[in-house]
Amino acid sequence: MRVGVVVFPGSNCDRDALHAARLAGAEAELLWHEQTDLGGADALILPGGFAHGDYLRTGAIARFSPIMGALRDHAERGGLVLGICNGFQVLTEAGLLPGALLRNASLRFEHGWVQVEVAREGTPFTRNLAVGTRLRMPIAHGEGRYYLPQEQLEQLESHDRVCFRYAPGSNRNGSLNDICGIVNDAGNVCGLMPHPERASEALLGSDDGMLLLRSMVESAAGSGAVAA
Amino acid sequence: MTSFRFAVSVMPRPGILDPQGRAVENALPQLDAAAVHRVRVGRRVELSVDAGSPDEARAVVERLAADLLANPLVEDWHVETLEALPMSAEGGR
Repeated sequence: MRVGVVVFPGSNCDRDALHAARLAGAEAELLWHEQTDLGGADALILPGGFAHGDYLRTGAIARFSPIMGALRDHAERGGLVLGICNGFQVLTEAGLLPGALLRNASLRFEHGWVQVEVAREGTPFTRNLAVGTRLRMPIAHGEGRYYLPQEQLEQLESHDRVCFRYAPGSNRNGSLNDICGIVNDAGNVCGLMPHPERASEALLGSDDGMLLLRSMVESAAGSGAVAA
Repeated sequence: MTSFRFAVSVMPRPGILDPQGRAVENALPQLDAAAVHRVRVGRRVELSVDAGSPDEARAVVERLAADLLANPLVEDWHVETLEALPMSAEGGR
């Protein structure tokens, strides 16, 4: 089972993600964004950082990186894709996940530990996580306010596509419905603002993020099948 | 081929919270400008397009605005025609 961590110019959590993917039991390698193939990766992580300097809008330019064509094909085949923080922003800009991540309502760059609640179990990213499970993970972002127009938001909720929410008191950016992580309709593409890779060892203050990463690695190793 | 110049103004859609505008408003009391309100902060992009006609050039800009310069989910945009720049002013072209 091989994880590819996509590196854009300005990514800065790529090596943390690489380390955490290996801890989760995967082989892992970095994939430069100018590549047009995925080097045999079974699952992809788009890491946190400031791809292309966050110029224009977060993720807006990364969306046009050469590797995105292969990433899109991989996602259409049911391959797993996890976007963390800036990676989540890239996935929304690319149209692989709905919505937008806007400047925090608090007018601040929000960083620190938050409590995240699992809102949907049984996705490839939450296979061993019951609804209501609390995960302690850090956030670090200026643009994390999840937004979707009302009608689409209702659709997102009724299709059960919200997989992570900020627990009460942890929504520091003004995200609608406390949303901090969603999946696509097929369930194989996930984006979230908190950083599971920064909560991958007790030494870091929490290893709760490993539950998510291990779930992804086990799902990709288990079969090509994807929970709907 | 002629070079046509445009400005694209991108603004957060009405009803969407604009924290940048809010931050500017927070500075107004210190400026003795309490009469100022409803501040919205957007972005302006100026660009030149080589094309056979103004319409052709404008179509390119409209496509670019929708695909890259603005996020249609949360932003509106407006394309404006500018005077063509003299070649010497095109900085590096």
